Amino acid sequence: MVEEIGRTSEGDLIINVGPQHPATHGVLHLVLTLNGETIKKVEPHLGYIHRSIEKMCESLSYRQFIYVTSRMDYLSSHINNHGCALCVEKGLQVEVPQRAQYIRVIMDELTRIASHELWWGAMAMDLGAFTPFFHAFRERETITDIMEKTCGARLTMNYMVPGGVMAELHPDFQKDVKSFIQLYKSKFEEYNELVTGNIIFQNRMKSVGYISYDDAISYGCSGPVARASGVHCDIRKLYPYDIYSKVAFDEITETGGDSYARYLVRLKEMTQSIRIVEQLIDNIPEGDFQAKTKAVLKLPKGEFYQRVETARGELGVYIVSEGGTTPYRIKFRSPGFSNLSALEHMVKGLKIGDLVAAMGTLDLVIPDIDR
Amino acid sequence: MLTEDLKIQCTELLPAISFEEGGEWLNAYVASEDLKSFLGKLRSLPGLEFDYLFCLTCVDWKTHLTMVYHFTSTIHRHNIVIKAKLDNSNPEIETVSDIWRTAEMLEREVYDLFGVKFIHHPDLRRLIMPDDWKGWPLRKDYEDPVNMIKL
Amino acid sequence: MFSLEGITTVIHEWLNNHFSPTLALLTEFILVGLAAIALFALLGLGLVWMERKVAAVMQIRLGPNRVGPKGIFQTSADTLKLLLKEGLVPDGADKFLFNLAPLVVMIVAMLILAPIAFAKNLQIWDINIGVLYLSAISSLSVIGIFMAGWASNNKYSLLGAMRSGAQIVSYELSAGLSVLSIVVMTGSLSIRDIILSQQNGWWIFKAHIPALIAFVIFIIAVTAETNRAPFDMAEAESELTAGFHTEYSGMRFALFFLAEYINIFIVCAVGATLFFGGWMPLHIGHWQGFNQFMDYIPSSIWFLGKTLGLIFLIMWFRWTFPRLRIDQLLNLEWKYLLPISMFNLLLMTIIAIMGWHF
Repeated sequence: MVEEIGRTSEGDLIINVGPQHPATHGVLHLVLTLNGETIKKVEPHLGYIHRSIEKMCESLSYRQFIYVTSRMDYLSSHINNHGCALCVEKGLQVEVPQRAQYIRVIMDELTRIASHELWWGAMAMDLGAFTPFFHAFRERETITDIMEKTCGARLTMNYMVPGGVMAELHPDFQKDVKSFIQLYKSKFEEYNELVTGNIIFQNRMKSVGYISYDDAISYGCSGPVARASGVHCDIRKLYPYDIYSKVAFDEITETGGDSYARYLVRLKEMTQSIRIVEQLIDNIPEGDFQAKTKAVLKLPKGEFYQRVETARGELGVYIVSEGGTTPYRIKFRSPGFSNLSALEHMVKGLKIGDLVAAMGTLDLVIPDIDR
Repeated sequence: MLTEDLKIQCTELLPAISFEEGGEWLNAYVASEDLKSFLGKLRSLPGLEFDYLFCLTCVDWKTHLTMVYHFTSTIHRHNIVIKAKLDNSNPEIETVSDIWRTAEMLEREVYDLFGVKFIHHPDLRRLIMPDDWKGWPLRKDYEDPVNMIKL
Repeated sequence: MFSLEGITTVIHEWLNNHFSPTLALLTEFILVGLAAIALFALLGLGLVWMERKVAAVMQIRLGPNRVGPKGIFQTSADTLKLLLKEGLVPDGADKFLFNLAPLVVMIVAMLILAPIAFAKNLQIWDINIGVLYLSAISSLSVIGIFMAGWASNNKYSLLGAMRSGAQIVSYELSAGLSVLSIVVMTGSLSIRDIILSQQNGWWIFKAHIPALIAFVIFIIAVTAETNRAPFDMAEAESELTAGFHTEYSGMRFALFFLAEYINIFIVCAVGATLFFGGWMPLHIGHWQGFNQFMDYIPSSIWFLGKTLGLIFLIMWFRWTFPRLRIDQLLNLEWKYLLPISMFNLLLMTIIAIMGWHF
């Protein structure tokens, strides 16, 4: 996994980390320049999972391209699809029925919890504790089982369509989600006992990978990475979509700016997501689950931009349309891309063990970066 | 700041600016030579302070290329979209990576996929495609019968 | 009750009656050697199975359950696989040292078995400097590790070996000082004397506070000495390599792997002997009835139970805590554990002199 590929003129080692990792980050290839154990330069090499999604979407119709985007950030696939559907609806000026809005938000928040669970387990495993991984997957399995009953798939749930959702909810949905909320509340304290309060974890994560408020904005960081440095950037609060404006939840920010702050932000976000689901699950209104739209969609000439808050940060969907049935140009502003550009700034001067901790809390999903 | 006030202030800074109607945010066209200085002013002037560049991309219009920059201000909470037309045969523009650090990797991506050269960029090379790839994949006239299947 | 010392006396008498004393002694040597090797094999198999089952239960899963009832033959299958693998010697490696290193580590582990008392009167050699012998011989294992790292002709193995070596040498200090504090109470280095002095209660109860501190430091120190998590940065995580045994495969790797588990057994046995009385049953002061009742359970069961309890504790650590970074690890030893153990030794001496123990 790690081998030396050269020496610089000052005698520093240049080594490869990846692209195959024992942990779950995906195919990320980093070229490190080391002086002894201290990191002097980190250079990410991307493109190992580039599938030219943006070029592909130029030949797919407005109904088809949504499903390719589930493969971008596969851990928050519902939210990706949601963003694309919202952008198309913005162009068509279609009103989404209330029931569909409620369902979409509940699915989004469940996806966010599932993504953060996997992040927590994988990050603990990177640092050497193997047990939290299994505990995290116990909860994640419950969520994917709920998704499987309604959407038919466990990872790339192609459930959102322009106008609403694709099918009606499974009759057991409400009961399953309620029992999941009970399970989660009983197990959440374990996470704090096992990991958060453990002094070894705290020492590995405090003061590691610091990024200041101004640097976070300059590097384009979003999501928990920026919120841990104090930046208020939760799209659900700033530019609310669907019924986020009617739901009560807190935007979690910390001021630490280091790995421990990012860790705490994501942990508390999970609690807020449960709060949102709790408020909505009993009040889903009756009605249509999909607005009436034509079979073949044509967006008018123009440009449309929609931002959503995925588990990683701000996803932007930018559609340039020439009036046809396929988009002229699509750009996906991926959160991981900008978060990764801040990695070098964060770990310069630290040791290799700290690189692992910092990368773990950045929560990178490489298909999201490479598209 | 409201769109109307933004419009007025932008016209004061750069009289040659032109606006496009019908977008969600204020869309402005700037000549590519004036871009860097104009953007620098957008970043630093109090009242504007667009400190968050959240999308940097390029659109190929077959006769010319257009660079698109999306900004927002975390202080005043207003958004703006700046566009610059580039020549198809030799697209070149100043880099903005010294003002917004996020532009470094975003501009590398645009160089990789469209072939736009960014002057004074610290490290302009291909990002996503292999280093020895020929051609600019996202352009409309890019042909690759081996790797691409036209639907 | 039935006890193993009966067997040893019977064999000893039978041999001396039928053969000349020299031949009897030689035969006893060979028998002891064979018993030690058999013990190693059994221990290796058993402990690896135990580790996997303990890990599984803590991770809400089943662990090995196919090969043999409850998976007890899993390790034999794994050992067979390792034996059949190709034992590669890397190109520029020093062949003699490369082959010698795992043997050194194994031989050191065998030598440490000598003074350990497995049951009443079942001790290979009750040397009068038992504790000193244990400390001295266990330091020799560092040589084996350095040999392995150097002979691999791989600069990352060497780095990993040096890190492991630094870790082991540092933590030996704290472990030695904790052991010394019990010796201060007993007044003797011989293992037999230490166990017999716990006739009226184990040292961890009799010498209350300092013994407790010494025990905690001892457990932390031996976890670090055997390169177990949370102190296994040098071999896990692959920051630069998989540690000093990267280049080893096949039979030689099996020896290293087995030696690690034997080492855990030995250090836990030492801990059980010093702090919990070895084969001495739980006696409380002069409560005759209670003590007689405790004596019914054979001494070998007592010894095995205590050692397995401590082994379980060390395995529990591995599956609960994340890893310490290498500089945090050395920090812990030199800035915290060493001063505390030195102060603890002083405290223990005062208590011994003033008679403030039970």
